[in-house]
Amino acid sequence: MTTAAVALPSTVSNGLSRGWVETLQFLRDRTAVIFTFAFPAMLLLLFGTIFGDSYDDTGVSASQVYSASMIAYGILSTAFVTMGSGVALDREDGTLKRLHGTPITPTAYVMGKLILVLILSVAEAAILILVGILIFDMPVPDAAHWLTFAWLFLLSTFACTACGIAVSAIVKHARTAGAILNVPVVALQFISGVFIHPITQLPSWLITVASLFPVKWMSQGFRYVFLPDSMKQYEAASQWELGRTALVLGAWCVIGLVLCLVTFRWTEKDR
Amino acid sequence: MDAIEVRGLRKTYKGHEAVRGIDLTVTRGEVFALLGPNGAGKTTTVEILEGHRRRTDGVARVLGEDPGTAGRAWRARIGVVLQDTDDAADLTVTEMVRHVASLYPGPRPAAEVLDLVGLTDKHKSKIRALSGGQRRRLDVALGIVGRPELLFLDEPTTGFDPAARRQFWDLIRALAAEGTTILLTTHYLEEAEALADRLAVLAGGLIVAEGTPATLGGRADAGAKVAWRENGMLREEQVADPTDLIRQLVKAETDLSTLTVTRPTLEDIYLNLIGAGR
Repeated sequence: MTTAAVALPSTVSNGLSRGWVETLQFLRDRTAVIFTFAFPAMLLLLFGTIFGDSYDDTGVSASQVYSASMIAYGILSTAFVTMGSGVALDREDGTLKRLHGTPITPTAYVMGKLILVLILSVAEAAILILVGILIFDMPVPDAAHWLTFAWLFLLSTFACTACGIAVSAIVKHARTAGAILNVPVVALQFISGVFIHPITQLPSWLITVASLFPVKWMSQGFRYVFLPDSMKQYEAASQWELGRTALVLGAWCVIGLVLCLVTFRWTEKDR
Repeated sequence: MDAIEVRGLRKTYKGHEAVRGIDLTVTRGEVFALLGPNGAGKTTTVEILEGHRRRTDGVARVLGEDPGTAGRAWRARIGVVLQDTDDAADLTVTEMVRHVASLYPGPRPAAEVLDLVGLTDKHKSKIRALSGGQRRRLDVALGIVGRPELLFLDEPTTGFDPAARRQFWDLIRALAAEGTTILLTTHYLEEAEALADRLAVLAGGLIVAEGTPATLGGRADAGAKVAWRENGMLREEQVADPTDLIRQLVKAETDLSTLTVTRPTLEDIYLNLIGAGR
């Protein structure tokens, strides 16, 4: 036979094909769709309604601060949790084993996941931003701030996805994935200025710990995008620190990718 | 070049030897069956040859390459039919076949594959709505959509009803007729007898016999048992060739209305072999 004469499909086209079926499967699971999107929006509505006070003389309300910070939570929960449990589920139901029997590359598989996560995160961020703007009068940023939003969003999503895939290697069963993955997620929310802001209320060693992880930089960055410049006085360094944010998130993208490549296994027990 | 060549293959899991040094040759275009009880090492062997498991020792060549290190181009030439899968439940049959097809160079059209496995009228169904047998046929469809030169089938008909099993056999024969080499594991003897050109019996991680369904384990030379009733008494004789004995009985005008001639079934041979292998 001369099958070798026909070129193998490219990793990009395989990756797009994966992205298509990943998205199709996600959208058909109505429960997952509703909970993924509604939960962060519900939390924002609750927090925004309960804590309506203003930050002294800045004229910015706590609900507006939540609207900005919660985008970090939205990305973290869709990218990190969806990925971590999604890969564990793929390992358990035979998806990975099936793919391993085909000429697909691991990169194409990860690309498919990334496409799904990007679609989910865009939708998630859009819902949170709309709630912030329509219900809590969060100001609409100008073009320069949207540009920052774009790179911040991409770096955040990629870092969280890569870490999610890496963590899936230690998640043995899809059943326990939610419980395991929510530990770092919830802990980081509390110490990273998402649920509790100003972050300066925390003991300084806890701020140092939070600064090692991406969430603190994500929520700080989104506050830069959506809040007036005067709000920077409530940040840990009284600065927006955009350069450092880019560096930390970039580093986490690299760490996540390396962990991903080192720990990724097609099958449960590699051998 | 042979499709599969294995010499001295071993696999050890934490001190337990699942495969204890086997030799195996499967030639191109052949349907080869690996028979054996549960835990004999069939699945381990097949998974090593598919490149899903690492071997501990020995030489393995599959389509001329080492399955432990072979790349994408090699994967495009083999087809794997999995057992016990549960994936893609929310996709339709056609969506999944098209998706897997898109991963291969020059795949078969989805409609052709579904026709081959008899799932044409289910092409719009969600995979979760398929019956067990339909699900297995989909697994076969996904295994052959890339036009493999070599197809691995690990216990493909477990849980099939007899009619579905016959249909499945026809499908395997059709694939074999197209020139696909097939390595099949099964613990159904009549399946091996119906499909395989050659077969090997695996017991306790070793190959205890190899041959054709007609000759395996000395079946061809095992002789026959001739039995009849004479004056109300059961008479039985074990002979190498029953022709002479029956001729004598005819000559003696014995009443042959109860005559039976039995040769050992594949099952007799098999049970004998795996008993000996333990």
